[in-house]
Amino acid sequence: MSAGGSDHAIRTRTLRWNEPLPQTTDLPVLLPAASHLAHAAAIERTAGAFTLRLRPAHGVALAVLFLIGCGWAEAQVQPGQPSIVETLWKWTPVLLRGFLFNLLISAVAMAAGTIVGLFLGFAQISLLPPVRKGAWLTTHFFRNAPWLVLLFYCMFLLPFQVRIFGVTIPIPDWLKATLGLALPVMANVSEIVRGAVQSIPTTQWESAASLAFNRRQTLWMIIFPQCIKRMLPPWMNLYAILTMSTVLVSIVGVNEMMSLTRQALSAENRPGLLLAFYSYVLFWFFLYCYPIARWTVRLEARYAVND
Amino acid sequence: MESFWAWFRWLNDATGINLTIFYDPFDRGRFASGLLVTIELSAICIILSVAIGIVGAGLQRSRLRLTRQVVYWYIQFFRNTPPLVQLYFFYFGLGSMLATTSASGSPVPIVSNVAWAIVSLSFFAGAFNVEIFRSGIEAVPRTTVEAAESLGFSRMRTYLFIVLPLAFRISLPALNNNLVNLVKTTTLAYAIAVPEMLYVSSQIWSDELNVPEMMNVLLVCYFALVGVLVYAMSRWERAIKVPGFGV
Repeated sequence: MSAGGSDHAIRTRTLRWNEPLPQTTDLPVLLPAASHLAHAAAIERTAGAFTLRLRPAHGVALAVLFLIGCGWAEAQVQPGQPSIVETLWKWTPVLLRGFLFNLLISAVAMAAGTIVGLFLGFAQISLLPPVRKGAWLTTHFFRNAPWLVLLFYCMFLLPFQVRIFGVTIPIPDWLKATLGLALPVMANVSEIVRGAVQSIPTTQWESAASLAFNRRQTLWMIIFPQCIKRMLPPWMNLYAILTMSTVLVSIVGVNEMMSLTRQALSAENRPGLLLAFYSYVLFWFFLYCYPIARWTVRLEARYAVND
Repeated sequence: MESFWAWFRWLNDATGINLTIFYDPFDRGRFASGLLVTIELSAICIILSVAIGIVGAGLQRSRLRLTRQVVYWYIQFFRNTPPLVQLYFFYFGLGSMLATTSASGSPVPIVSNVAWAIVSLSFFAGAFNVEIFRSGIEAVPRTTVEAAESLGFSRMRTYLFIVLPLAFRISLPALNNNLVNLVKTTTLAYAIAVPEMLYVSSQIWSDELNVPEMMNVLLVCYFALVGVLVYAMSRWERAIKVPGFGV
């Protein structure tokens, strides 16, 4: 890391009368926050996504927002209409089915993106220049493209069915959307892998070479196991962000929680319900992402490398 | 130039690759305006979000507890909710509460969808920028501020001329990440019908039925746009890097 390491404490010492004045200063030019920020920026750049930091206070704030929304809706209830709690309860099974669909999309996209991304990441450190450069270009192409554009790309360009040996296999919309989300995940995982491999000290490679491991063995048996620890926190953070991004598929017409909420609201046709319903949706996402975000922070702290 | 455009007409006749945005003046105009809106939207949001970042980081140093709390909750809200939800919140939630003018007969909202997109995206990116600048400011030692005070700088002038320039150099790598992210997020304005590149492209491909061609054009355009930004910012970053810092 940098010259002004993070543990640069200010040391003061009284000089003896005959001691020469020090040529360098013990006072830091910049405080540790500078290297923290540089470090965080480097991590963010590798992961391609900001770090999600959820706290219990966020849940409390959401609950308060939800209660305000409920109160507001309750105040606007006309005589003869069901109360807000009843309405929410009535729609909950539908909304939860939508939410499960979000989770399914996120899980499939993450799995597919991770598998392809791992290969792409290792291709990025290949010794063959064409493979390395091709993988670099692929990674950066998909990292630089906006998620929504990739989503549109897959939605419109993939066929709605394929025929293999006379068997027609339909490709549902949600699968296409999932593939659209898997592409940026793939690129980000690829960069996470490359970053992790490059963060392993070269001495590891040298000692493996001196023990007569070949390149494949070194990568697979020595480097990769050490990488997993470094890859896990950014990978989990990426998953939390992907889960939040699954609401994007509502734009291309997949019936997930967000679009179902909009449909429920138009079916109820009561403007007062808006805040209550949307904060309810947010709350479910919070409930799912919060443990992941907390666990990521814990793993980060545990695996923090002191080098 | 005319023969250049005509080549794309020939390409369509010969291969069926129908790039109407090159040979059809109407589509060319539409696409160019979409590209321009995307660039404008990105540029305005970058400027506003950096301004929000600087002001917000300044307010976080405020002596008033209430001001600091307001900035804190602003950051928490925009950092931890999806930008699409924020956009909907501004456009459908706040937008529907505001008054409309009906000068031309039909009701026209006083804040247009483009304005809401700018507001929403700037606040979104601004929340990250406040945190970035705050960490940058924290990195400037107290002794530097004391030195400025001893030279008679006021609190405001110390912040503007001493602390901020140093903090900015430290913050630039993190800021770059965020601004690149912001340019990619401008596509979300599609959801509230802002005529930016994605929206215009979707209009063109539904008129001309050339979805694959437009999709590829769109992907290449965004790749180029973001690529140029990443390149320029990393050059700048290297140029003003504080020696000895960074990874």
